[in-house]
Amino acid sequence: MSLEQVLQYILSGVTNGSIYAIVAIGFNIIYNTTGIINFAQGEFLMLGGMTAISLAAFVPLPLAILAAVVITAIIGALVDFVFIRRLKTPSVLNMIIVTIGLSIVIREIALHVWDEKVRSLPYFTGSEVTSVSILGAYISPQVLWVLGIAAVIVVFLGFFFKFTLTGRSMRACAANMTAAKLCGINTGAMVTVSFMLSAAIGALAGCAISPITQTQYDCGTPLAIKGFTVAILGGLGNSTGAVVGGMVVGMLEAFSISVLPLAYKDAIAITILLLILFVKPSGLLGKKEAAGLKEF
Amino acid sequence: MRFMKHAPVAGLAAAIVIFQLATTLLGREFYLTQLTMAAYYCLVILGLTVLMGYAGQISMGHAAFFAMGGYTTAVLTKLDLSAAAGGLPRLVVDLGLSVTSVNAFGVEVRHLSPWVSLVVAVLLTTTVAFLIGIPILRLKGHYLAMATLGFGIIVYRIVLGTSLFGEADGISDIPAFTLAGGLAVSGDPELRVQNFYIAAVLLLAGLVLLLNLIDSRSGRALRAIHGSEEAANAMGVDTAGFKLMVFVLSAVFACVAGVFLTHFNGGVGPSEADVMKSVTYVAIVAVGGMANLWGALAMGIVLNYLSLRGYFGSYDELVFGGILIVIMLFFPEGLLSARNLKNLKGAAVRLVRGKGGEGADGRP
Amino acid sequence: MSFKRILITLLCVSILPLAFSCAGKKGDTIKIGALFAVTGPASFLGAPEEKTARMMVEGINAAGGIDGRKLELIVKDTAGSPEKAISFAKQLIEEDKVFAIIGPSTSGETMKIKSICEEGKTILISCAAAEVIVNPVSKYVFKVAQNDSDAAQMICDVMKKKNITGIGLVSSNDGYGAAGKEQMEKVAARNGIKVLISEVYDKKDTDLMGVLTKVKAMNVQAVVNWSIVPAQSIIPKNMKQLNMNMPLFQSSGFGNIKYVKEAGAAGEGIIFPCGRLLIADALSDTHPQKAVLMKYKKDYESKYKEDASTFGGHAYDAILVLTEAIKKAGMDREKARDALENLKGVPGIAGVFNFSEKDHLGLDINAFDMLTVKDGKFVPYEKK
Repeated sequence: MSLEQVLQYILSGVTNGSIYAIVAIGFNIIYNTTGIINFAQGEFLMLGGMTAISLAAFVPLPLAILAAVVITAIIGALVDFVFIRRLKTPSVLNMIIVTIGLSIVIREIALHVWDEKVRSLPYFTGSEVTSVSILGAYISPQVLWVLGIAAVIVVFLGFFFKFTLTGRSMRACAANMTAAKLCGINTGAMVTVSFMLSAAIGALAGCAISPITQTQYDCGTPLAIKGFTVAILGGLGNSTGAVVGGMVVGMLEAFSISVLPLAYKDAIAITILLLILFVKPSGLLGKKEAAGLKEF
Repeated sequence: MRFMKHAPVAGLAAAIVIFQLATTLLGREFYLTQLTMAAYYCLVILGLTVLMGYAGQISMGHAAFFAMGGYTTAVLTKLDLSAAAGGLPRLVVDLGLSVTSVNAFGVEVRHLSPWVSLVVAVLLTTTVAFLIGIPILRLKGHYLAMATLGFGIIVYRIVLGTSLFGEADGISDIPAFTLAGGLAVSGDPELRVQNFYIAAVLLLAGLVLLLNLIDSRSGRALRAIHGSEEAANAMGVDTAGFKLMVFVLSAVFACVAGVFLTHFNGGVGPSEADVMKSVTYVAIVAVGGMANLWGALAMGIVLNYLSLRGYFGSYDELVFGGILIVIMLFFPEGLLSARNLKNLKGAAVRLVRGKGGEGADGRP
Repeated sequence: MSFKRILITLLCVSILPLAFSCAGKKGDTIKIGALFAVTGPASFLGAPEEKTARMMVEGINAAGGIDGRKLELIVKDTAGSPEKAISFAKQLIEEDKVFAIIGPSTSGETMKIKSICEEGKTILISCAAAEVIVNPVSKYVFKVAQNDSDAAQMICDVMKKKNITGIGLVSSNDGYGAAGKEQMEKVAARNGIKVLISEVYDKKDTDLMGVLTKVKAMNVQAVVNWSIVPAQSIIPKNMKQLNMNMPLFQSSGFGNIKYVKEAGAAGEGIIFPCGRLLIADALSDTHPQKAVLMKYKKDYESKYKEDASTFGGHAYDAILVLTEAIKKAGMDREKARDALENLKGVPGIAGVFNFSEKDHLGLDINAFDMLTVKDGKFVPYEKK
């Protein structure tokens, strides 16, 4: 394998890895405050992308993306208000089932609101044929946008959870819901905020990747499965873990392509995940208690 | 006591016979086709109910076990042994493990007996379920969900990416499964009634087996595990062993269903291994009320039947997704839970009394 | 307690036949069953097929039907699942007693219901392309989508003119991609063109940089992509980004202007074989297909406000040849089947149909033209 080729695979792995990482971070935000894995996370990306594409026909691109992020965040809040809060017995099993149901319903509604066709946002800079050369490997400028947005999200979240009152309250909820409540934190509101934040991040990511991956009513589910894989691999609730996990899965996929038939790509990433889980059930960077904490 | 235990099963058997007679009398035997298919899917659902409801372990990859059964029998019974000159194929023929049947083009083909492929499929599924069950069942909560989901995806990918399994097209023209005498699992419209009974008997047998299991010492152990694994462990219950046993058992149920439905349909495709299929099974168990075999059975039959008849049109997935949400929000104990049934019972009793008890035999 | 439960179950079970026993029978209609993957992974095919079929049946009925009989279209959404196709096919044949079935959209589903239609003595006109559907010929099974081998041959002809001898082949892991891959490999070998690398990607894959890097490393002179999924517009984009400037050939699955729009500037210069629907405007007025193509295009686009695609055209052709056969032979199934088998010179969307006892497709390589993309539009590829 030539150096350019290795570099090309690395770039490909980083691109996909950062997309997976953003989805996984979305999972983590909600998981941390509620203990729920929101299987509808992929649908937030789809909704963000689809809404922005529809709006981009009327308003300038940045405005369309902003509006899409806001609208999706509102949908995220609605998901919490209408469904999550009303769960009578919030066991892990029930949570999994209800969010899977949500994911299916959002997807199918999108199919009937839009249609089965693919759409995409225009490239933020350049066009379909622009390409940036890095040491003999090539990437689209949009990839740089995706990487940049991923980095901004990670930094923003780090800041948010460390230095803002809301962020710190959310962390308190994550550590101990009852204790947080006793300290006067409005835990219900924190759950809503986490859903909105997670939806907004998903929507932003959905817009950023749309020019590369294109957007379609059912593009959320495969992303959610990948994001879930990455979140588990990195250790649930751990944002650094999500980034590390994303890169590991992205790289594994990229390099597995170079030696094995592409048809088994997904199977390889998941097999490795399973092996890691069998050896270390709490994921790469997860704490041991975290795995045992949230049971059925 | 013994009578009380078996009365519901006997009632179900009676309902099956009544239904068949009703359809025949009304000249609507074709309803039995989808009902037969639904019955096989129900077998998967029953196994999953014991795993999820009684042992408290979620599996989002049960479609994989169904596909293992279906594809194993499809591949093995499609091997042409007509020209078996030597080696293993010859040995198979000499041992009397092969049968001949006429394919779609009127040509007589000698192939492996489906009995053999059934045994192979069950052995294969047992081994796989056992091997992955040991590490997977040590996981809990979301990690268990992810691991089973992952297993399902791996099997789906293998099915979809391997030419032996026909890739996206799946396998077609699979011969009938001759059980004994004139009894055969096949999609032939002439054999519809007997196929309905074959499926019904299999389903009843599975049901009785599981009812006995949950009523036995093992069943109590399982419920203890569901309640609190630590407590069960402390009381001396071999939790890991029981969980594994139920996991393997439910996998075998799915596998057997896969074998029979594949012969009934005469074909199998990758959609049987799809994640959405596993999710559908979980949905039906949830609707049935998790730890409620009768509920799972009833909902499994009704929902699969309606879906297979295209009753929901292009809203099929939306309906299943919606059901998941509504059930979890409003009926977390399932639609046919004791409480809901109590309310329903009042209405049903009134209905039956009002009509002088004639309302149940399916006649207009 | 259990007694009551059983009572409920009994009630549920017994109500089922009643619930459906009131389905009425109408006298003078011709029932046509349609199995399309309207939703699910093959919805690119099924959705336009369903719309086209509905539009056509409406049109025929508005014009008074066939010999005074109205058509009744029963559409079933299979979502691309063979088991549903099997269930629905049995339902259509036994319960609805349809005159014929059009669809399914995919080859996997078609192969599963082939023998069911044979046994039920019901005409099946498949909209899938795989050649195994009509080869070997089954009495009641027809198809209206052009052969992949002919498409592959057209591609190879262009390659030979361009002196291309080594190619990379990528295809999607659905039935369409698998069948095309098989034919392309066969036909390329026959034409002395080497397939240096052949890779299958997932139909939902959204980033193909990795696999294209692998292809690029093989120093191929051209890339052939055989699929029907949105990846068809991702591949050209990724190729341009990887600085791969060799020609890109695609299959007739690219025959949807939507994919050209998605590919944008990267789509320019893609070469692919396709039916003539996409270049209907450029055909001379004497071309036998001109009138039917223009009418379909106009009707579809004004009714559904979206561009007509060749996939919808398959549903059009299926109903077209079926109604032609009924017009000739009347309502007798056997006679209609014989008439369908002997239809000659029927201009449809995919080409001019000439069926025979040995040929249940009725189209040959002349059904294809080579097209290319210029300024975001489909134009004929000049043959030199």
